Amino acid sequence: MTRGRLIALLITVATALLIAIGTMFPNPFALALATGGAGLIRPPSSPRVAVETLVQQIGHREWRVAYNSLANKNEFTEAQFIRDLTGSYSSLRSYSTLDGFDLHSLHVSGANADAQVSLRWSSVVGTFQDVRDLRVTRVGSQWQVAWPIVREARVPPQVIPVNYLRWDVIYRGPEDDWGAQNVESPHVRIVDMHPVDRGGVILLGELLNEDVVPAFVTVKATLVAKNGSAMASEDAFDKMSHVLLPKQVTPFRIDFHDVRLSDVDSVQMDPSASLIAASADPVIEIEDQKLTGLPNPMLSGRLVNQSGQLVNIAHALGTFYDSAGQLVWVSDGYANRALLPEIPVPFAISVPTDLYSKVSSYRVISSTYSSNRL
Amino acid sequence: MTARLKAVLVSVLLAAALAAAQTSRVEFPRSIAAGDALSLSTTGNGKATLYIVGPGQALRRDLQLGDKVAFGVDEIHNAGHYIVVLAGPSFSETAELDVTARQPSALSFLAKPSRLPVDRPDGISGVVYVFDPFQNLVVQPTNVSFELSESAGPTRSRTVSTRDGLAWVRMDSAPKAGAAQFLARVGDLTEKRIVQQVPAEPCNLRMNAHRSGNRIELETDPLRDCRGNAVPDGTIVTFKETYQGTESTVDVPLKRGVAKTNMPVYEGGLISVATGVVMGNEIQTKDVR
Repeated sequence: MTRGRLIALLITVATALLIAIGTMFPNPFALALATGGAGLIRPPSSPRVAVETLVQQIGHREWRVAYNSLANKNEFTEAQFIRDLTGSYSSLRSYSTLDGFDLHSLHVSGANADAQVSLRWSSVVGTFQDVRDLRVTRVGSQWQVAWPIVREARVPPQVIPVNYLRWDVIYRGPEDDWGAQNVESPHVRIVDMHPVDRGGVILLGELLNEDVVPAFVTVKATLVAKNGSAMASEDAFDKMSHVLLPKQVTPFRIDFHDVRLSDVDSVQMDPSASLIAASADPVIEIEDQKLTGLPNPMLSGRLVNQSGQLVNIAHALGTFYDSAGQLVWVSDGYANRALLPEIPVPFAISVPTDLYSKVSSYRVISSTYSSNRL
Repeated sequence: MTARLKAVLVSVLLAAALAAAQTSRVEFPRSIAAGDALSLSTTGNGKATLYIVGPGQALRRDLQLGDKVAFGVDEIHNAGHYIVVLAGPSFSETAELDVTARQPSALSFLAKPSRLPVDRPDGISGVVYVFDPFQNLVVQPTNVSFELSESAGPTRSRTVSTRDGLAWVRMDSAPKAGAAQFLARVGDLTEKRIVQQVPAEPCNLRMNAHRSGNRIELETDPLRDCRGNAVPDGTIVTFKETYQGTESTVDVPLKRGVAKTNMPVYEGGLISVATGVVMGNEIQTKDVR
């Protein structure tokens, strides 16, 4: 038997074995989510089962069933319950699916129990946690969960006048003479760059738009080996704000996995900028920024939309510095609810545990996406 | 090839050249202007073919020796060095012809950059290529006048002679922001470019604050650079309030020359303002009325 056939046979046998194990010992929550398995949902004969059942129903988006099972459903409507979980307006929450949950600190005391459930929602930009403290009460032989409703604020219908500032660009036409003037690309500058070794090479830096027009910016980095050859090349992707208004600064982070900093001789940075039609709105205030400590260092705060425009998805980018002003980390987080005018929405940016003690100051910027932006 | 054969060939070529020199069958001018008509008289008998080969162009005429041969206007239009060959059944003659560019009729003007900060020494560069009607580069020295004029300022001009068809100049950007006309002129020919001179880094960033309920209204003074030019709307100004280890920040674009926002009041807080790498003043919240 050739080596290739042997490997193929091994893979086939391993696959069959895994299928058999998965069939015989299914993960109840995963199975329930995958099959829509109402049959697998058990009667809520204990606080734990009641919570698990409710989460499964939420995972299936069986809103009516979930709502009807709640102990405190007279305190809010089914629509409010749905809005709590999926958001009132299109937001990251609206496009997320429940990936799993963790049940913590279940304390039973007679006919009452307290539990904390951490719902893991998955979205295109990663997962986010939704932690709820639940009160579970026994009604007859069954347990019912009292849902801690978060009522999303509603903005009353109104007209908000906006002094709208926007840039548009007209480029040189194809029929113009080769010597004809074209619009100048924006001038941008890397004002800080610092490589760190964290298993792989990570480049941290900041980019300034020093021009008077908005810029679409990218940063490309190439690691050069000691023999002068290019080892790897990467672009900053989601750890930077790609649209910079005049005099705005964005952090950037470029990760090179599987490259040791000791193998790198030099780094070639290639920032590029092109003109882009952009608007100066919305203005986002980032209030109550606070760095919380170990065991899970986190920079948290609230995003406040100071404009009249609805923001569907807001991205917060944090830059962390040591006491000498040196960059030590760049990280990001998303607000999972839409930003309505003047309604604060929390966000959190995680900081690696080992870097927490080095962080002396930080800076947060936000970038936004609005589906109805003209 | 043997040395003997080479010697024979060289002798034959020399003899042919001597014969041609002694009995030239056509007279060529040394030089003509691009696009000029060309009329040549020939002598002798029999048929021959005239070839004119130059940059990007090759012409052929079958002719009867003794007749005149003519090339029309615009027929020889590419400037450069040409080889002329008159070939008959038993002879060939070669000559050289230079075709020069005509008078300038078009300018290609490259002005860089199209946008730059004020007060930048040698910040503006202008390069002019001078062409004739057939798009030949006019290599004869030609005076090019460069004029940079602001909307409310003097016109600065400089005259430069072309070298190999090209003239260039470097000029300072003006201290006053605005669109400047950058003009290149050769005789009656002109080409115009617009150079946007924009304010430099903001200078003297200063904000004012006053209370409005449980918020503080913040507003900058009109933002100007060190030459007094108004910084353009859209420039981001960052307000930052720190209080008991907590911060609030907001990036606000300038609108109508000022940036304004409001932030919550925290007693003992400190509010600062910055734009780009320029810092402004600081205000203690306890001092805000």
